[in-house]
Amino acid sequence: MSRPEQVAPADVYYNEEEAHKYTTNTHIIDVQKRMTERAIELLALPEDSTCFLLDIGCGSGLSGEELSENGHVWVGLDLSPSMLNVALEREVDGDLFLQDMGQGVGFRPGSFDGAISISALQWLCNADQRGHVPHKRLARFFGTLYAALARGARAVFQLYPQTPQQMGMITAAAMKAGFTGGLVVDFPNSTRAKKMFLCLFAGVAAEVPKGLDGTEGEDGQAGPSMPYSRKDRDAHFGKGKGKKAATKSRDWIADKKERRKRQGKDVRPDSAYSGRSRGPKF
Amino acid sequence: MRLLTHNLLQCHVKGCSTNNYPLRVEATNVVHKEADFNPEFITHMLQKIEWNALRTTASALGVAELPEILPLSMEGQEELLKQIHLVLMETHIMDGKLVCPGCSHEYLVTHGVGNMLLIEDEV
Ligand SMILES: [Zn+2]
Repeated sequence: MSRPEQVAPADVYYNEEEAHKYTTNTHIIDVQKRMTERAIELLALPEDSTCFLLDIGCGSGLSGEELSENGHVWVGLDLSPSMLNVALEREVDGDLFLQDMGQGVGFRPGSFDGAISISALQWLCNADQRGHVPHKRLARFFGTLYAALARGARAVFQLYPQTPQQMGMITAAAMKAGFTGGLVVDFPNSTRAKKMFLCLFAGVAAEVPKGLDGTEGEDGQAGPSMPYSRKDRDAHFGKGKGKKAATKSRDWIADKKERRKRQGKDVRPDSAYSGRSRGPKF
Repeated sequence: MRLLTHNLLQCHVKGCSTNNYPLRVEATNVVHKEADFNPEFITHMLQKIEWNALRTTASALGVAELPEILPLSMEGQEELLKQIHLVLMETHIMDGKLVCPGCSHEYLVTHGVGNMLLIEDEV
């Protein structure tokens, strides 16, 4: 089965029929609800307080209803008019906007106490229209989102990246916009239950939460958390003081060699110097 | 769209970064919907709200005449908080348009949903 974003753009894929199907399928509702609960947990909001939140790719308001149930006030953005129509029919509490996240979010600095996004961010990596340049759209999205969040707020994206490269592209754009944070993987060893959450911090760095394991996963191994730091970002964008990124470590080279071997490619034999600094180049 | 949300909205047309706020409301339908009064939330949101813009909008829509200056502390200001609650949380723009004071871009509001889509050369 193909994921929807591989078939057509969101505003085309989610026509009236798909939008209704999506919102009446009890399995989908259940999964959406649980992913939203988890995203709210990862936002780490102050306890017992009503917060002002942004729901990016709010669709028919399934995630928004969860936000309301948790006592929050929210604003939802979506590119699909059909989905928003279903949200209106269901009389959700949030304020809705027809918006393309690749065009940026038009809110004043510091407006939101947090943002969530359930199964929507991967759409942004597609070039659905002429003139769509994914990395530009990602940059504009993360740049405007960063500004619209209060300092110390978090943004949590549950997503289905199509490739590791796509994940890298998304993360790099977020870091460039000023976010820190990292990837939280729940139930990493279960194909059925595995879920990825990109957990981003605006302004204030914090520890990336641990992924979940246990009952839902099939073999109960804890999910790794993969923090990204300012250093990674600086390394990626050539800032910093010319220090080598962690990606050039011995382990990283060993992994890469292993991968290349498996792909049947030529690999230099390991030497005592693998992964070591060979002194200044000039 | 609540006036709370309208107060935090700015024009996002490319290059329109000064005089892009507040978006002028040209509403054809504004409704009142009751909402639970949450003074802590109102107080919290007052830190984000642009007060003068809120006063102007509330007055232009004939919803309320808010005081020129907010007291330093909202403690014990129950009446004022209720008035602000009515403006922020219970007043919804249902139909009309929001017009940017700088570039004159018009954002349509239909059934309470704001259309923030730009054409590609506005991005
Ligand atoms: Zn403008």
